[in-house]
Amino acid sequence: MTEFLTTVFNLIQGILGVAPTTLALALPWMDIFWAFVYFVGAVILLIINVIMLIWIERRAAGFFQERVGPNRVGPFGLLQTVNDTIKLLGKEWIMPASADRMVFLIAPLLVVTVAVTMYGLLPYGPGITPVTLNVGILFFLAVSSTNTIAVLMAGWGSNNKYSLLGGMRTVAQIISYEIPMALSIIGIVMLSGSLDLGEIARSQSHVWYVFIQPVAFVIFTISALAELTKSPFDMTEAEQEFVAGYHTEYSGIRFTLFFMGEYANLFSMAALGVVLFFGGASGPWLPPWMWFIGKTYVFILFLLWIRWTFLRIRVDKMMKFNWKFLIPVALANLLVTGVGIKLWQHFVERSI
Amino acid sequence: MGDNLDGANLNSDGFETQEFILNLGPQHPSTHGVYRARLIMDGETVVSAENKVGYLHRGMEKMAEGLTFSQFTPYTSRFDYCAGALQPWAYVIALEKLGGIVVPERAEYIRVITGELNRISSHLLMVASMVLDFSAITAWTYAFNAREGVLDLLEAVTGSRLLMHYMVNGGVWADLPEGWVPKAEAELDRIIARLDDFDMLVSGNEIFLGRTKGIAPINSEEAIEFGLTGANLRASGRGLDLRRDSPYSVYDRFDFEVPVLHNGDCWDRYYIRIMETRESIKIVRQALKQLPGGDWRAKVAKVWKPAAGEAYTMIEAARGVQAYHVVSDGTAKPYRVHMRSPSFCNIGVIPEKAPGLTLQDFISFIASLDFVLGDIDR
Repeated sequence: MTEFLTTVFNLIQGILGVAPTTLALALPWMDIFWAFVYFVGAVILLIINVIMLIWIERRAAGFFQERVGPNRVGPFGLLQTVNDTIKLLGKEWIMPASADRMVFLIAPLLVVTVAVTMYGLLPYGPGITPVTLNVGILFFLAVSSTNTIAVLMAGWGSNNKYSLLGGMRTVAQIISYEIPMALSIIGIVMLSGSLDLGEIARSQSHVWYVFIQPVAFVIFTISALAELTKSPFDMTEAEQEFVAGYHTEYSGIRFTLFFMGEYANLFSMAALGVVLFFGGASGPWLPPWMWFIGKTYVFILFLLWIRWTFLRIRVDKMMKFNWKFLIPVALANLLVTGVGIKLWQHFVERSI
Repeated sequence: MGDNLDGANLNSDGFETQEFILNLGPQHPSTHGVYRARLIMDGETVVSAENKVGYLHRGMEKMAEGLTFSQFTPYTSRFDYCAGALQPWAYVIALEKLGGIVVPERAEYIRVITGELNRISSHLLMVASMVLDFSAITAWTYAFNAREGVLDLLEAVTGSRLLMHYMVNGGVWADLPEGWVPKAEAELDRIIARLDDFDMLVSGNEIFLGRTKGIAPINSEEAIEFGLTGANLRASGRGLDLRRDSPYSVYDRFDFEVPVLHNGDCWDRYYIRIMETRESIKIVRQALKQLPGGDWRAKVAKVWKPAAGEAYTMIEAARGVQAYHVVSDGTAKPYRVHMRSPSFCNIGVIPEKAPGLTLQDFISFIASLDFVLGDIDR
């Protein structure tokens, strides 16, 4: 089965590699062709992921909560999400009369654009990194924070008090938690000596960074939950306070886009965690991309486990926790890492 | 506290801000019914709050005047619909007082059993919906799992899960089904285990403590002043419980504690429900053991006309002191029925305590007061 998949994958790669030459395209057209291929690949991966993730989320939630979860549509309820998506596509688009038209319409598109861009950066395995950037991690963080703007646009454009409050909270939350996240990643960058995601993954061939940087891993996990606005940091769409937060006024396909963006980001954030702490696509026996997806899903299950155990934290406590605890700890971790690297270079590497 | 909606304020940074009105409800996920709070907000902070009730008003007191005494009994379950078996108790005691009916002992025990089971289900509902307001969905299902067991037991007895008009003038509607007592004892063990799970998952959770400890504390003077009763009062340091302090039915035969907590904050109001649930389980266990045989309903005439007079009775309902004032003019229909419902009195404290809370804390505050809209609006 796995060999078959690898063969299919290689075949597709081969065809795509030959196609531009057979079509005799000029160089700029080649770039556009490849961009299109990557885009389609990323979108397909995104959609499959979202469908799987929503199914896993609902089944896992059922498992945690002593209930069954969706099990009617398709085998094990796998097609439930497809069913729901089609239902949502058929729903009416409602736009509040007093909404800011442009901002309201662009926001959901921006969310998905950001999600797709992040999919293009991930190293799924050797030779399957759509876009290799030597500043990959920096670009990844920069793009992921663009999400904030989309959420704020949705909150502002809806012209609804609940949406606005939800959007405002998101901005405060995501911007704050980017700092400890970046600080936790800097330690990894110092260890691997590269900003390239593929290079970081490869540099863990001996030992995963989660064992060298456990504190950074904890900080990364907490800030990832905050960045993804998942419980216990799901302030932005706190339904008990803000009805649905920034997407209160969205319906039909536009709501679906927000929903898709949320789950797509869950995957890409977990994938980033795997690249940084769990050796990326490396692993024995199975093909690398399988290892990558498998590790990512295990990490996602871990995040979901946290999500279903805890309740929502208070907004001011969340901020205090970030500024007065996470950031100092992250800075201390950075200092220890730096000193450790110097000592290692001075004593161990020299003696070898 | 005037509305300052037109004039802009300058905050400490010299930045212009404006207060705005937020209508929390009547359709809102965490107002637990059609309650509406008109909040004046400064950002996320509540400046002032105003209770808006009446969306569920059905004119029950007037309706009672058009029905016979016993015809009105089922309606009484519909006030506090989360404790439908416990609610008619005060009303039927009032009728029995008016007519001088002696209730058989077995009926009194069955009333205690169903009433306490209903109190357990109501308290479980309260703690479940309170943690649900903090989006602890897993804990919510744990509590609902326990509540399901209670509801199954009640359904076997009363035939209904929500509006169990089981207590009637002179006793209860039907006897306990065969083999119910051992089943109930086994089920109580399961409920205790589930409650322990819930307690362990939520009560000591750092995030939960952060959301509830020290939020909207009501001291005992304020609690008395605003007429709080029931668990909300006992969380504020006053141990008033009519089951102990003015025992009705057969409550003087059971050994149970009245838990009292002293901070009066949201956490105390939450935790006192868990403590009371444990006490209620103790009472049900004792009642099941002592359950006597005999008749379960006194003989009451179909067209029942009590002598002219009036009766005022109070019971400790799930949400506080539930009282009925029934006036009879000697005909088959009551001249006047008036009720004191605990939820209505309990929400009076909201406008006093809300200013200064954030919206999140306001949600925990109204969740901790545990009101039911059917009980407020009648």
